[in-house]
Parts: sequence; C-alpha cells; structure tokens
Amino acid sequence: MTQPLIEVRHLKKYFPVNGGTLHAVDDVSFTIEKGKTLGVVGESGCGKSTLGRTLIHLQESTDGQILLDGKDVTKVRKKELKAVREKMQIIFQDPYSSIDPRFSIDETIKEPLIVSGRYSRKEMVQRAEELMELVGIDERLRRAYPHELDGGRRQRVGIARALALEPDFIVCDEPVSALDVSIQAQVLNLLKKLQIERGLTYMFITHDMSVVRHISDDICVMYLGQMVEKCASKELFRNPLHPYTRALLSAIPSTDIHHRQERIRLKGEITSPVDPEPGCRFAARCPFAQEKCHAPQHQINASDGHFVTCCRVHEINA
Amino acid sequence: MTESNVLLEIKDLSVEYLSDGKTVHAVNGVDLCLKRGRTLGLVGETGAGKTSICRSILRILPDVGAEITSGEILMEGKDLLHLKEEEMQKIRGKNISMIFQDPMTALNPVERVGDQIAEVIELHQEQGNHEDAVRRAKEMLEIVGIPGERYYDYPHQFSGGMKQRVVIAIALACSPQLLLADEPTTALDVTIQAQVLDLIEDLQKQYETSMLLVTHDMGVVAQVCDEVAVIYAGTIVEYGTKEQIFDHPSHPYTIGLFGAIPSMSEDEMWLHPIDGMPPDPTDLPAGCPFSPRCPYASEACRKDRIQPAVTPDGHMCRCIRIEQSKKGEH
Amino acid sequence: MTTGTVKKQNKVLEVLKRMSRNKLAMAGLVIFTAEILLAVLAPVIAPYGFAEMDYTAMQTGPSAAHWFGTDEMGRDILSRLLYGSRYSLSVGLIAILLNTALGMVIGAAAGFFGGWVDNLIMRFLDVIQSLPAMLLTIVISAVLGPGYFNTILALSINGIPGKARMLRAQILKERNAEYIEASESINCSRFRTIFRHLIPNCFSPLIVQSTMGVATIITTMAGLSFIGLGVQPPTPEWGAMLSGSRQFIRNSPYMVIFPGLAIAVTVLALNLLGDGLRDALDPKLKR
Repeated sequence: MTQPLIEVRHLKKYFPVNGGTLHAVDDVSFTIEKGKTLGVVGESGCGKSTLGRTLIHLQESTDGQILLDGKDVTKVRKKELKAVREKMQIIFQDPYSSIDPRFSIDETIKEPLIVSGRYSRKEMVQRAEELMELVGIDERLRRAYPHELDGGRRQRVGIARALALEPDFIVCDEPVSALDVSIQAQVLNLLKKLQIERGLTYMFITHDMSVVRHISDDICVMYLGQMVEKCASKELFRNPLHPYTRALLSAIPSTDIHHRQERIRLKGEITSPVDPEPGCRFAARCPFAQEKCHAPQHQINASDGHFVTCCRVHEINA
Repeated sequence: MTESNVLLEIKDLSVEYLSDGKTVHAVNGVDLCLKRGRTLGLVGETGAGKTSICRSILRILPDVGAEITSGEILMEGKDLLHLKEEEMQKIRGKNISMIFQDPMTALNPVERVGDQIAEVIELHQEQGNHEDAVRRAKEMLEIVGIPGERYYDYPHQFSGGMKQRVVIAIALACSPQLLLADEPTTALDVTIQAQVLDLIEDLQKQYETSMLLVTHDMGVVAQVCDEVAVIYAGTIVEYGTKEQIFDHPSHPYTIGLFGAIPSMSEDEMWLHPIDGMPPDPTDLPAGCPFSPRCPYASEACRKDRIQPAVTPDGHMCRCIRIEQSKKGEH
Repeated sequence: MTTGTVKKQNKVLEVLKRMSRNKLAMAGLVIFTAEILLAVLAPVIAPYGFAEMDYTAMQTGPSAAHWFGTDEMGRDILSRLLYGSRYSLSVGLIAILLNTALGMVIGAAAGFFGGWVDNLIMRFLDVIQSLPAMLLTIVISAVLGPGYFNTILALSINGIPGKARMLRAQILKERNAEYIEASESINCSRFRTIFRHLIPNCFSPLIVQSTMGVATIITTMAGLSFIGLGVQPPTPEWGAMLSGSRQFIRNSPYMVIFPGLAIAVTVLALNLLGDGLRDALDPKLKR
C-alpha cells in the first residue's frame, strides 16, 4: 500500500461552552489516498465542518495527530504552518459570504498569490488568467464584484482561490449545497475534472447523500462528533451496517415514485454534544438500543475495510 | 373535475417588482388549480417566482415596488385580490396559512412558543376565552409531537426540527383550508425532514387541508405531492400529475432538472448539468425563457410566447416541440 | 511596482468616478473645497482685519460696509468668520480624523481579538465614557496647556469611545463571515485580515458619524476658548463667536445666525460628502 496523503489519528476537537465542553469531533481516525475523495456525511452539528477546519489548521486540534504525506503537521510553527496551509486548502459552503464583497474577482483570486510573496506582478496577472480559465469564469468578469455574480460563478471564484497555490489537498465544505440543482451539477463536474487533471485529493463534506455517493471513493458517516461508519462508497450504499446510516439512507426522499421505500422512522431528538455520556450517542434515537449500548463503544472491522462503531452490528445485521 | 372540488384557482397571475429602476418580471401569466385535500408541488430554482406566487395568494408582497399586474386568485370562487384588507386579515391564518422556509427566524425569540400558537387561535376563534386558546395550543403542540408542558419554553430552547414543528402547529392551529408551504424542510436535516414531511402529510389527511408546496427538491415532490407544476423564470413550463411529470417529463427544462440530480442507483462519471444560467428577470428572452439554455431551441422558440400544449399522456407543457412531434406523427 | 501604483490610482479614480455620479456628494465637495479656499485666502479677501474695530459701527446689522454686520466691539463679522474658519476647520477636521483613526484601531483590536484584550479595552473606554465629556476635555486641555495641537488632542479624546464601540460591534458581526476564515486559510496575516478585509467592510457607519462629529468638536472648542484654554482672544473662532454672541440674541440675532450658519453649512457639506464617499466605496451600490 502506498503512503496515504492524509492520515488522521484519534483527532479530537473540544470547545468550551457555557456549562461544559462541546465534543465537536471525538476520536476520529481515517486516511485518504492521493487522488481520492473521502466523503464525510452527517447532519448539522455532527462536527463534520469542524473536522474539516481542524484538519487544515483553521482551528487547533485538542488531541490526536494529523499527518500530511507521512509528516506530522499537528503542531507546527508559524513558518511551517504557512507552507502546510499552501498544501491544504478549503472551499466554503456559502459562495455569498466566503468572498470579500469589496474585492473584485481578480483581486480575490490574486490574494493568495500576493500573500505568498513568491510571484511577480506579471506572473500574478498571468496566473489569475489561467485560474479563471481553468474554473470557467469569463475573462470579462475580471473586474466584476461578487454581488454581480450568481452563486455558481461565485463558487467558481472560491475554487480558483483555493487552487491558486497549487494545493495537494482540498477540504470541500458543502460546496454545492447553496446552489440550484442545475448549477450544482456544473460545479460537481468541475471539481471532478480538476481532480483528474491535477491529481487532487478531496475531503468532501456534505449532508446530501446523492452528491456524496456520486463524488466519493470512501465515505465516513458522522453522528454527534463520532465516526459511526466508514467504508468504500459503493459498499456503504449496498450494505449499510450502522442503524444510523440505515435510517439516514432510508430518509432520503427518492425520486422514484413507483417504489416507495419503507422508511425507518426515528423517534426522539438529537442529544446534546455538550459533555456527552459515554457510549453510543445515537442510542437515544436508535430502535435497536440496549443496555450495553451505553457502555463505551469500539470500532469494529465488520468486513474488509468496512468499519462500524456499533456493539450490536452483528446481531442487527444477522 | 367538478367545479366545487376546486379550492384555489390562479388565473394569468403576473407579478412585477421595481428594483434599481428596472422592472423585474417575477411571475408571468401563471395558471394553477388546486383541488380540496390535494397537494400541488411548485418546483423551480432560486428566483423562479415560487415565493412571489405564495406571497401574492396571501397578499403579503412588499408594499413598495411590488405589484400584481394582472390575473385573479380565486378561493372558492372569491377573488382574493379584490378583497378589502380587513377581510383579507380574517382569511390569513384562518383559511390560508403559510409555513416559511427558515424556522430559525419565523418565531419571535422573546415570546413563549405556546403563546405564539395561542395568539393565532385567539385572533381567529369566534367564541371561547384565553384559556380555551391555551388549551388548544397545548393540543396542537402534542399533535406535532412536542410535549404540552413545553408550552412555556422559548424558541431558543428548541432544536431546528422542533421549531419547524412549532411553525407547523401555528400554521395548522385554525385548521386552514389551504396551507402554503415555502420550502418547509430545506433548512432541516434529512432524518428530521422525513419526520416533518410525515407530520405534514398526516395532519393534511386528518384536516383535509389542501397544500401548495414550494420546493426545489424533486425527492420531496415525489414523496408528498399529487400534482406538480414546474416553474422557470416566472412561467409554468410543465404541469400535470406527479405520475405524468415523473414518468414522462416533456419539457427540456424538466428533463434537464432530472438529469442533473446525481443518481442513487447508477454510477456515472459525469453529471449532466443544464448549461448556462437562468435568465435575468429584468431582461427575459422574447420567446421561451428557457430557449438560451435549451439544446433543442430553434428560431421559432425565440419569437413569441410559447402557448401551452398537451402532451400525449394529457398534461400541459409549454414547448413547441410537443405540437411539432404530434404533426410529425400524422 | 509601477504597475502596482498604477492599479492603486485606478482604484482611487474608480471611487472618484463613482462619487462624481452622485450629485449631492459633489455639491458637498464643492462647498467644502470653497470653504477651504476661503480659509486659505482669508488675509487676501477679508475686507477688514479680524481684530480691527470700527467705532462708528458697533453692533450694527448687515450693511454695505459690513455685509454680515459687526459685533459688540465693532469688529466685522464676515472677516472674523473668514479668519475663524482657518482655525475651526483645521482643528475640527484634524481632530475628527485623529479620533476616527484611533477609535477604528482600538475598536478593531477589541472586536477581532476578543477575550481579555476586548475586556481590557472596553472597560477602559467605560471609564472614559463615565466622565462628563466636557470635563474630560477641560482636564486634558489644562494638563497639556493651550496650543494648537494640544487643543486638537484634547478635543479628539471624547469621540474615541463611541467610534471604537461602533466599529467593535460591526466587527463582531462580520468576524464570523466565511471570507474572514477564507483569508486565514490563504495565509493572510492578522494585520492584513483586519485592515484589508474587516475594516473596509465595517467602517461605513463610522464615516457618517464622523462627519456629524465635526459640529460637536467645533462647539466644544468654543467651550474651551470660553474658559481660556482654547484659542486666545482676539483670535476668532466659530464656536467662540457663536457662544459669545448668545447674550445679544434678542437685539442682534445676526451675530448668532452667521457663525451658526457657517457651522451648519460645513457639517452639511461634510455629511453629503461622507454619505457619497460611503456609497462610492461600496461596490454593491455601483451601477
């Protein structure tokens, strides 16, 4: 096996909040091979965005290790951090707030180049032109401001900015969920094209199961800061093992009107991730929950490369 | 279709906004018809005019700059657009109510959730006092699956899904005949969305409420609606029963919309997006609004407003290719 | 580097061009420029000296000889206004620029860094704001002693807390926007993030408040002069002229009207200019 580009070991991110500690990311481990896409799915508040931001050092991790190309980059000094960030970039969810409204399009795209200090004026102009062509923004829009652009074009600007420093790894934090379906497909195709052409590695965070199925090689499912299931994309949709994953998949409204699939109806509300009890955090809503689910859980290798954090996985899926 | 079965009929509705000295053509000659106890899905992208239609029905378009330039909105034969404001106030909340997209801002943050439900009930109840309204509000909370004792809680103590259920409770408190749901589950998670959709469906059956569901999600439409109208740039481009639209989509835009959704059953390397962007609503193309993005567009598409045609399976589609293919067959 | 300066100039030109389309802003600019010209040319165009007394016409209304009339000592009000503008305009303008700049930096630091930095700054500002504004100005002025720059310094202190608070509130609102996070992700330094991204998106309300502040400063200056800490008589100054003629308001209202008008026109012009500048700096309002 070749060296994975990204390796995360027991990553934790806790936030102090009023009256406790919010366990946003709790003991998450995974690897991403070069040129592959790891999809991270889960509902709002499950810590998927925090995971992405912690990974690229927008937030400092509480515990655990992050390895980039085999090198530990968890705690780096300011100078190294600059180099690490150039290798790891992010595309944000909201194309309306992720671009400074007072910067024109080419100023936005050039900014990472200016900050890096490695480019001459002439090179910057050239590079900005290349980037705009690459992501499919018309050269005429160079001097336009973000508010003059629609969501799809703005997101392309965000992608160009992320690509400016030629990163190896990009965290895509719900990059298409604010876009209309027809535009969403354009952006997804663009991301895929860029991945193939430049050998990019993605971590693709989303709540949309059809999108994650389309774009990911591997998928990890998160629930309240914990990783509940991780396996190859096809395997997850063919053979979901964790009760939460199964409920999640069954809840997606299908466009197939003739075969109405039976939904697993979840009861109860999402429990609080502030100072959570030990044990499975899904137990409160899980139709299969038993006494032993409230004890600390371990990751189980259910089949080749299919990891599940559920002590009853074999009984449920028997 | 008997006349008495129709609850709401919209005829040739057009809405314009004035923005920066330019006229935004938000809704252009929309005809819709909603039968009692049925659900009509209004599907389209951002800025297609979906919300403007809902607001026109409730007559809550912004006072400045928005104008209904033509059309009528008939509810049980009465034109809502010609009612006095006082009469309209009686209808809002009692006969027609609306669920807004964002549950986070639809509730008043400094008022107890129960009181917000009771307020609507008290406003519209013909007899009974405050205690009756409170009792009914608690009942409504129980109906949407929230314990009655949480009447005295404030919105911030509720999760997003629970807030949306409170909004639904408010909307259904007076058992309205018509429910306008503007993207009611877009801000919610999938599992919560499933719960809320189930709830809306159950309550709708129970109270025989008709619903106009505005959404961009084809999956939600497939699950909830009886009829579907696809709207593009303020024009209904295709309109029929759910089965007709999903089994035989005929307008190139509808077909494109289905094609752009990543499949849950097949693996495909590339998605099939619709090229280009929606048109500028201040400067709509002369003929078919979709013609600049349409792979089949011809000269004739760009000339005049396209008239509705009937597809072989009997639903409405505004595309000249329907008539052409019929001629071709003969 | 040459292309850089050219580009900067382009940006300034672009803003000016946008502003030139705003008629009210241009009117403000014209009036203000005229006032500055008059101040500079005061010795040339003033019909009399500012301390020159006309014993034949003491406290008389506007006439051909004295367009704006004379004060109780027979000094020509027009000439005194012209000379006074040199002092009032320059002190008002410099003081407002100084306190806006300081308020901006302090507010930005408090808003951006939060935590104990924020606490420390805000409590300090609380202390300043708990003192009566006039008293504080007097104390500082008394400690520093009279003089042009000391007066400016004393006058600018009062506006700082308000502006810092305003900018801090704006920054708290903007700080969590994704473009701030984005700037961090592309390695922008904190300095760059604050000054290139945060402040430009936060300072619009400050521009308007600052233009209004000029009036307050001019009148406060009058108070200082009154107790002998500001400019010393017979040097004229608008605020002092206004407050000094208060007692004659019944018989000679023109003595109050003309200085008052001068202050009002200045504030109006600055306000129009500020409004126009704010709009011109905002690309969203670009047509």
